[in-house]
Amino acid sequence: MDNRGAAIVGKTARLLVLAVPVGFLLLFFGFPVVNLLLTAFGQDEALVQIWAALGNARVGGVLWFTLWQAVCSTLLTLAIALPGCWVMARFRFRGRGVVSALAVVAFVMPTVVVATAISTVLADNGPLGWLLPPGADRGIGAILVAHVYFNLAVVLRVVSSYWAQLDPRPGEAAAVLGASPWRVWWSVTLPRLRPAILASAAIVFLFTFTSFGIVLLLGGPGQATIEVEIQRQVLFLFNVPAGAALSVLQIIFVLFILVLQTVLSRRLAAGDGVDARLRRPSRRADRISVVTFVFVSLLVFGGPPVSVLLRALESGGGWGIDNFTSLASQDGRTVLSVSPLTAVGNSLLYAAVATLIAVTVGGLMALAIARTKTSVWEGIWLLPLGVSAVTLGFGLLITFDEDPIAWRSSFFMVPIAQSLVAIPFVVRSLVPALRAISPHVLEAAATLGASPRRVLRHVQLPLAGRAALVAIGFSLAISLGEFGATLFVARGDRPTMPIAIYRLLGTPGETNQGQAMALAAILILLTGLFVLLTDRWRTAGERYV
Amino acid sequence: MSELSIRQAVVNYAERTALAGLTLNVSAGETVAVLGPSGCGKSTLLRAVAGLEPLTQGEIVLDGRDLAGVPTYRRQVGLMFSDHALFPHLNVAENVGFGLRMGKWSKPEIADRVTEMLSLVGLVDRADSVVTELSGGQAQRVALARTLAPQPAVVLLDEPMSSLDRALRRDLTETLAQSLDQAGATAVLVTHDRDEALRLGDRVAVMRDGSLVQVDTGAHLLAHPANEWVADFLSDSPNEKKS
Repeated sequence: MDNRGAAIVGKTARLLVLAVPVGFLLLFFGFPVVNLLLTAFGQDEALVQIWAALGNARVGGVLWFTLWQAVCSTLLTLAIALPGCWVMARFRFRGRGVVSALAVVAFVMPTVVVATAISTVLADNGPLGWLLPPGADRGIGAILVAHVYFNLAVVLRVVSSYWAQLDPRPGEAAAVLGASPWRVWWSVTLPRLRPAILASAAIVFLFTFTSFGIVLLLGGPGQATIEVEIQRQVLFLFNVPAGAALSVLQIIFVLFILVLQTVLSRRLAAGDGVDARLRRPSRRADRISVVTFVFVSLLVFGGPPVSVLLRALESGGGWGIDNFTSLASQDGRTVLSVSPLTAVGNSLLYAAVATLIAVTVGGLMALAIARTKTSVWEGIWLLPLGVSAVTLGFGLLITFDEDPIAWRSSFFMVPIAQSLVAIPFVVRSLVPALRAISPHVLEAAATLGASPRRVLRHVQLPLAGRAALVAIGFSLAISLGEFGATLFVARGDRPTMPIAIYRLLGTPGETNQGQAMALAAILILLTGLFVLLTDRWRTAGERYV
Repeated sequence: MSELSIRQAVVNYAERTALAGLTLNVSAGETVAVLGPSGCGKSTLLRAVAGLEPLTQGEIVLDGRDLAGVPTYRRQVGLMFSDHALFPHLNVAENVGFGLRMGKWSKPEIADRVTEMLSLVGLVDRADSVVTELSGGQAQRVALARTLAPQPAVVLLDEPMSSLDRALRRDLTETLAQSLDQAGATAVLVTHDRDEALRLGDRVAVMRDGSLVQVDTGAHLLAHPANEWVADFLSDSPNEKKS
C-alpha cells in the first residue's frame, strides 16, 4: 500500500471517510442482494425449485436468447466499429470532436429513448421503412440495431485510443518485407489490437447480456433476456421466488463476465504507450475514408435522435408543437395518472437528489480508493455494476417492504436506486483525477498549515474539480435515463420520464404515442445537454493538464 | 528562532530501518546540512520532523515541546520538496501566499508578505504566472519563497537543488544561502552534494544507513574526518556517492 500523503489525515478521519460509503452500500446494496439470495434459497427445496425453473422450457429459451443476442450484438458492434477505430486512431480531422461527443451521447442515451428512436427509424413510415420488410421496428433485428447504436462508443473509445498508442514500426517493417496492407492488418495489427478488442467486447457483452429496456420495448414474442423475464415474473406473474432464482443466476453470470473484463482490461494497460501522433489525411484514399466515416457517424449517431425529434413535432399530418403542449394536460386519454409534464419534474428532481447522493458517496469512496493501490476497494465499487439494474430494483422492492424499513414507497427510494447505478461512474471519474495529484502536493499543503479538511477544500477539490463536474454530468444523465431499477421502485403517481415513455408507448392512441415522442425528445435534449457539457469540461480539463 | 532536538529517532519500514536511533540538535538560527548517499534515510529524517512519517521510537522536540501526536499542519515546520510540489491550480503569488491564508493572515498582510518573499527570490514580475509554465529554477525559487513565507519555526529542505543543472545550482545556492540568512531561520537541509552542504551548512552532519557518522563544521570535517568512509565520501566528486 502506498501511504504517501495519507499521513496528513488522521485515523478517525479516514474511518469516517470510509464509514459513509460502506454503510450506504451495505444498507442499500448488500442487504437487498443478501435478501434476494435468501428469497431464492430460502424456499422449500430451493435447489430443486431453482433447477426446475431452469429446466422449464421458457426459462431455457430465455437463457439461450440472452446469450446468443449478446454474442451477435457484440460481434456486430465490433465489425461496424473497427473501421471507425482505424480512422479515429490515425487521423486528425475536422469533426473528430463532434463524432466523439455524439458517440458518448448515444452511449448515455436512456435505453427507453434509444428503443423509441430505433423503432421510429425502422418503422414502416420511418426513414428506413421503405428498405425493410413490414414490422422491422420490432424483433431481433431492431434489438441488434439498438444494441449496436448504444455500444459503438465503447469500442470506438477503447480500441481507437489503444490503437493510437501502438508502435507503428512493426507494421512498417512488415510492409518493407513485402506484406500487402491487408496482410499487415491481418498478421500484425489485428493480433496486437487483441487486448483492446477483447476488453471492449467484454464490456459490450456485459451491457447486452444485461439488456433490459431495449429488449422490453423492441422484443417480439418469446424474445426476453433474463432481465426482462425477472420483470415479467415479479411484476406481472407476482412469482417472487422465480424472479429471485433468475436474479441469482444473473448475478453469477454477470460477476463471471466482470472478472473476465477486469482481467482483459489489465492487459489493456500494458500497451506500447507510444505517444499518439495523429496525422492529417493526405492521401486520397485516406481522405475518402475520413469523409465517409464522418458522414456515416453523423447519420448513425444523429439519425435516431433527430428522427424522434421530428416525430415529436408531427401534428395532424403537418408540423407543430401539439405533442409538447399536450404534456401539461391529464385529460384521461392517456395511460398516466398524472400529466406527463409531472414526469419531467419528477425526473429532474430525482436525478438531482440521486446525483447528490452518488457524488457524495462515490466521492468519499474515491478519496478512500485514491489513497490505496490495492484493488480490493476498486472491486467493491464495481459491485453495483455486477448486479444489474433490474436485480437491484427487485432487491430494493422486496427488502424495504416491511416495518421498520418499509421505505419502498418513500420519495427517496427512486434516487437511491438511481444513485447506486451512477456511483461506479462517479468513482471511475474521480479516482484517476485524485490519484494524479502528487502526494507531495498534499503534504506541502499540510506543512503550510492546512488541516485535512482544508487540504481537501483548497487542493484536492480544485485539482479534481473538472473530474467532479464530469462525474456530476454523467450522474445526472444516468439518473435521468435510469429505467430498470426505477421501474420496480417508482410509485405509479410519481413516474419518471423513461417510465412515462414506456407506459405511453405501450398504450395505443395517437395522443399517447405523440406524448411519448415529445417526452423522449425532451429526454434526448436534456441528456445531450448534460453529456456535451460534461465532454466540454473533460476536454477543457485535458487542455489544462 | 527555534531550537530543534531529534533524540534517538527510529523509523522502521516493513523491510528496512530508515532511521536507526539518530540524534541531532539544531540550535536557533543554525543551518545543519545532512549529507549522505542516496537511501541513507536523509529524506525520512525530514519527513519525520514534519510529522509525515511516524517515529517507531525516540522523540522530536521543538522549543522544548515534544511533537509526538502533533499533526503536520500544527507543527509550524516548513518543508521544501525536491520536486517543488507547487500547487498547479494556483499562480505564483497564490502559491507563496498559501501558507499565509492557512495561517489566517489578513489580505493586506498576505499581499505585503508575498511581495517581500518574491523580491527576496527575484520573481516579483512573475507573481501572476501559471506555475506549470515556470522553468525549473523559477519553480525552485517559488517553492523556497512559499516555504519561508509563513515564518516557520524550522525550515526543512529536501534536496532542493536536485532537479536543477550545475550552473543553475551554483546560482540558486547563493539565493538559498542569502534567503536563509535573511530569514534567520533554523534549518535542516539534506543533500548528497558535498559542495552544497559545505556552502549552506553552519555544520554538516554526515549520514550513513540511518545514523549520523559525524557532525561538525565543514572545515573541521574536511580536516579531521571521523573515519575512512567519511574521508572517502567527502573526497568524492559532488555527484552520486557510494554508500
